[in-house]
Amino acid sequence: MSEPRGARPQIEPQGARPQIELRALRKVYPTPGRDVVALDGIDLSVPRGAIHGIVGRSGAGKSTLIRCLTGLERPTSGSVTVDGEVLSDLPESRLRSARRRIGMVFQHVNLFDSRTIAANVAYPLEVAGVPKAQRAVRVAELLDLVGLGERADAYPAQLSGGQKQRVGIARALATEPAVLLCDEPTSALDSATTRQILALIRDLRDRLGITVVLITHEMGVVREICDSVTLLEHGRVVEHGPLGEVVGAYGSRLARELIPVPDLPLGDERSLVEVAYSTDDVATHDVLAAVADLGTQVEIAAGTIETLAGRRVGRLQLDLPADEVTAALGRLHAAGVHAEVATR
Amino acid sequence: MSWWDELANNRVIQQMLPEATYETVAMVAVSSLLTALVGLPLGVLLHATAPGGLAPQRVVSSVVGVVVNFGRSVPFLILMIAVIPFTRWVVGTSLGWEAAVVPLTLGAIPFYARLVETALREVSPGKVEAARVMGSTRTKIIGGVLVREALPAIVAGLTVTVIALVGYSAMAGVIGGGGLGALAISYGYQRFDPSVMIACVAVITVLVVAVQVIGDLTARRLDHR
Ligand SMILES: Nc1ncnc2c1ncn2[C@@H]1O[C@H](COP(=O)(O)OP(=O)(O)O)[C@@H](O)[C@H]1O
Ligand SMILES: [Mg+2]
Repeated sequence: MSEPRGARPQIEPQGARPQIELRALRKVYPTPGRDVVALDGIDLSVPRGAIHGIVGRSGAGKSTLIRCLTGLERPTSGSVTVDGEVLSDLPESRLRSARRRIGMVFQHVNLFDSRTIAANVAYPLEVAGVPKAQRAVRVAELLDLVGLGERADAYPAQLSGGQKQRVGIARALATEPAVLLCDEPTSALDSATTRQILALIRDLRDRLGITVVLITHEMGVVREICDSVTLLEHGRVVEHGPLGEVVGAYGSRLARELIPVPDLPLGDERSLVEVAYSTDDVATHDVLAAVADLGTQVEIAAGTIETLAGRRVGRLQLDLPADEVTAALGRLHAAGVHAEVATR
Repeated sequence: MSWWDELANNRVIQQMLPEATYETVAMVAVSSLLTALVGLPLGVLLHATAPGGLAPQRVVSSVVGVVVNFGRSVPFLILMIAVIPFTRWVVGTSLGWEAAVVPLTLGAIPFYARLVETALREVSPGKVEAARVMGSTRTKIIGGVLVREALPAIVAGLTVTVIALVGYSAMAGVIGGGGLGALAISYGYQRFDPSVMIACVAVITVLVVAVQVIGDLTARRLDHR
């Protein structure tokens, strides 16, 4: 089996300090009975202007990680550096002003129902002590930026879920943060609205050069906007890397989930072999030729070929007699094609 | 003579009902005001110091909690009598509506504080977290987020409290607090004049309905959900 390529350290742009850097981050929640280790030695760096996805099952530690990035949660050990400021060392009073360099978007948006849209967006500016006249100008700018200029005087209850999240994004951007943290920003939205919100986030990154960390459990979100991705499990980084590398790491879990093939029923005495390739390594017709060479007993039961992160990648499920598996794997490997018995 | 004429021409009603109504309104208004002034901060304290609150303080939280629970569990009639020395010390006498304000306020504060605490608990913790991420201080969050977001419920709680105070104010009449309660007892009950009783009940009903309507309208105006 090939080594997951995503396990390599991430490549940083030459000379640039990463915008976000976690070193040996550990967070333990002391609970009665037993301590919960939510984060267990996380190393992570995100370059300026990148959109970095963090995925993992519920309870993997994603929210804890993002709370450490806001300074709402103090690490048990290790360091958190955001925009050159070592948050993990700052006293609470300094943390409050450091948080102005961080914007956060929540799954449940968390707008203030008692305030108008404009007042919601103005809140962080109010907190930062921006004079009223300046606030009004900035709020109008921000609402235009997210396409809600006309709804300034509405209350959150009068908006749709997608519009609320736009307000949430405008509010997060109010103090011109260097970093935008998003905790499941689209999990409560339908798929069309999800795409619009993701497009907005990407557009904002392109225009403002902001660095984005985005937590999600939907691989579709990662495929749509992330430049790089980290898979968390039990508080540890299991896989990580730029999207293009991760999808090319054939055996990796991220690659499997990013380019899924359906689960297939299996006949008696039959086995499934999974073939994965990238056209950087081998052309599609060579893969298909190698598969065809295996003989008529071998059927392509399912397959996906697509372009992701600028890379054309494919994944095939071969349905073949169980006693031909070893021979087939040998011949495919000899042809330079990655293949393994499908795990299900 | 119709029942209405009987009510309208009743000498006791003519002479004493306006005064009694004034006393009841004054008693309820002053004790409501004091209750709101003390109960609101106390409710905020209960909420903020609770585990998981903005400023968790185990000791403060349990001490205040016990005092409030104790205050709520003492029957009003007993509280009224028990605090007479305190009332004398504060007001100078234990008679009259001014004196009745003391037990009424003491009885209503813990009741209202719990209602405020419940209202604050309904504010989603996500809103508080959002305010903290935006760099807000705990003090600003209490006023600008917690209380503000809970205001419709806090007003609804005050409405319930004021209506309860109208009821208790009638009881305060029994031990010399004056007001509609005293009038109903001394003429309606002891001298058995049903007209006086009916008139007192009618005025109290009007007061309660008025408080409810004003409270509901205010809460609705404040509620933008
Ligand atoms: N305040 C807390 N106290 C105790 N345990 C917590 C707390 N917050 C999170 N945890 C635990 O830490 C682990 C990671 O939680 P979380 O970061 O919320 O995961 P995710 O966002 O990936 O679902 C879970 O086991 C969770 O139960
Ligand atoms: Mg979470």
